[in-house]
Amino acid sequence: MKSIRIVSPCGMLGYGFPKESFDRAFMQEIHGIVVDAGSTDAGPHKLGAGVSIVSKRAVKKDLEIMMGKGIPNKIPIIIGSAGGAGAKPHVENTLAIINEIIEERKYKVKLAVIWADFTQQEIIKAKQKGKIKPLSENIPPLSEEAINETPSIVAQMGHEPIVEALNEGVDIIICGRAYDPSPFAAIGIHSGMDAGLSYHLGKILECGALCAEPGTTKDSILGTIYENSFTVESLNPKRNCTTTSVAAHTFYEKEHPYYLHGPGFALDLSECRFIEEAPGIIKVENSKYKPAPTHMIKLEGARKIAYRTFVIAGIRDPLLLEKVEEVEKEVLAQVESYYPEIPKSDYKIHFYHYGKDAVLGKNEPATFNNHEIGVLFEVIAKSQELASSLCATLRSTYLHYGYEGRKSTAGNLAFPFAPSDVEFGPVYEFSIYHLMEVDKNPFRIEYMEVGCDGKVI
Amino acid sequence: MAKLYELAKVLRSKNSGPFEVTLDILFDNQASYEELKASNTITKETIARAYNIKTSDIHHLVFFDPALGIKITMAREVSSGSAGDRDVYGAQQHAPLMNIEVGGE
Repeated sequence: MKSIRIVSPCGMLGYGFPKESFDRAFMQEIHGIVVDAGSTDAGPHKLGAGVSIVSKRAVKKDLEIMMGKGIPNKIPIIIGSAGGAGAKPHVENTLAIINEIIEERKYKVKLAVIWADFTQQEIIKAKQKGKIKPLSENIPPLSEEAINETPSIVAQMGHEPIVEALNEGVDIIICGRAYDPSPFAAIGIHSGMDAGLSYHLGKILECGALCAEPGTTKDSILGTIYENSFTVESLNPKRNCTTTSVAAHTFYEKEHPYYLHGPGFALDLSECRFIEEAPGIIKVENSKYKPAPTHMIKLEGARKIAYRTFVIAGIRDPLLLEKVEEVEKEVLAQVESYYPEIPKSDYKIHFYHYGKDAVLGKNEPATFNNHEIGVLFEVIAKSQELASSLCATLRSTYLHYGYEGRKSTAGNLAFPFAPSDVEFGPVYEFSIYHLMEVDKNPFRIEYMEVGCDGKVI
Repeated sequence: MAKLYELAKVLRSKNSGPFEVTLDILFDNQASYEELKASNTITKETIARAYNIKTSDIHHLVFFDPALGIKITMAREVSSGSAGDRDVYGAQQHAPLMNIEVGGE
């Protein structure tokens, strides 16, 4: 019976994994080593600022182990959403690390880079043709102004360009932003396996061993696709896959439990069966791939909206804790009146009360009965200078504010650090999170052969 | 009468994209799952009340029998990581579910 085996070393390139788990996969034939490197989980800053969420050092450690198995054994290695956000600077950083390893280890490698970047002009054109719509009801329609303010725009690729690169017989594929399961699905689809099974397996493998018990993104997992089913199993004897753990993982971080939208298709998992085929080996069948009537890809873009300066302090005085929101309102009014020349629309001030309601905000249902809180206040303003000036006034006003009934006339805040004010830098927001209709593969593939001197041949 | 966190195997929240948060309630036994499903405790109305939001902010509320689980997806008031957000990963938004009372007696 034909079977295609894919190993996922960990849930995020640079998170690390036990080498013994990964090595255990190679006691049998492996057809692909695939790792996801991306996520929007950490917010818009990575895409906006062109930085990574994991260190170069950690990415290199993981890649050395993966390339150590993949290159000599001619097993394709695929990296999805390189560098986190999968835009040009992220992909280039990953490419530089790979080139460094090639040079150090004296490999000779055929590489494919699949770019996921789009220009503002391309997006404006698509918008004018009516090809763009918001992804959910709480996202505003895309404006040309938002596009013009968003220099960094990527789209999530499907399996198509990755399969095309696999057809060229490359050793390593570095994908820009990809739909998380697509690089995994590409291995199965390239080998002629069912797209529904390939994608559902990809959805499970992209998080590493999170679908096992105990679950973690920092360990390896093995998936095998057969003609009418796939199986998942842990590569670490300390973890075990169960029907519940695998079925539950299908749920993870998606808006719907059994209907998943991907680029150009939907995955219907409503009829899926999860069966324990052997101890720790979970078989899944009936995952269905349904091509969408129009091929839509998901755009992501981040724009800089402001600059932040913030302060962390503690409050222990029960008289202040009793009326902290009221006092903050008065402090805020005093800061505003000190700067009448600055329009209120140029800045925003937020207070967070850790120990009270910092996480859920005004929706916190629990009543407060603590003796201490951590207060974090931030000023978000048009420039760093403005944010820091306002924050300094806010901090000194709050520290010395003589609220009604105060006994502690020396100061209201306990600062853990000196200096107390932290300049954070720019703040971003997801200004584009929309679907774009395309009629042909818009992702550009670049092939390169890199010799042992790390130079492109 | 039991609290939801006592019955569920997994009770978690996470971003589902930067504009939504999704809540998962998962069970490790059929009986507890069926008990919750039959109790009619988890509805758009009860979730809206627990989170102090409008029912129209709840985009999905789905029972999925093969996984013994319930998924609830809600609109985020502030998108992940933008100014004013309180939970970038959306990972601590499950707490209001934990004390929901399930079952009779």
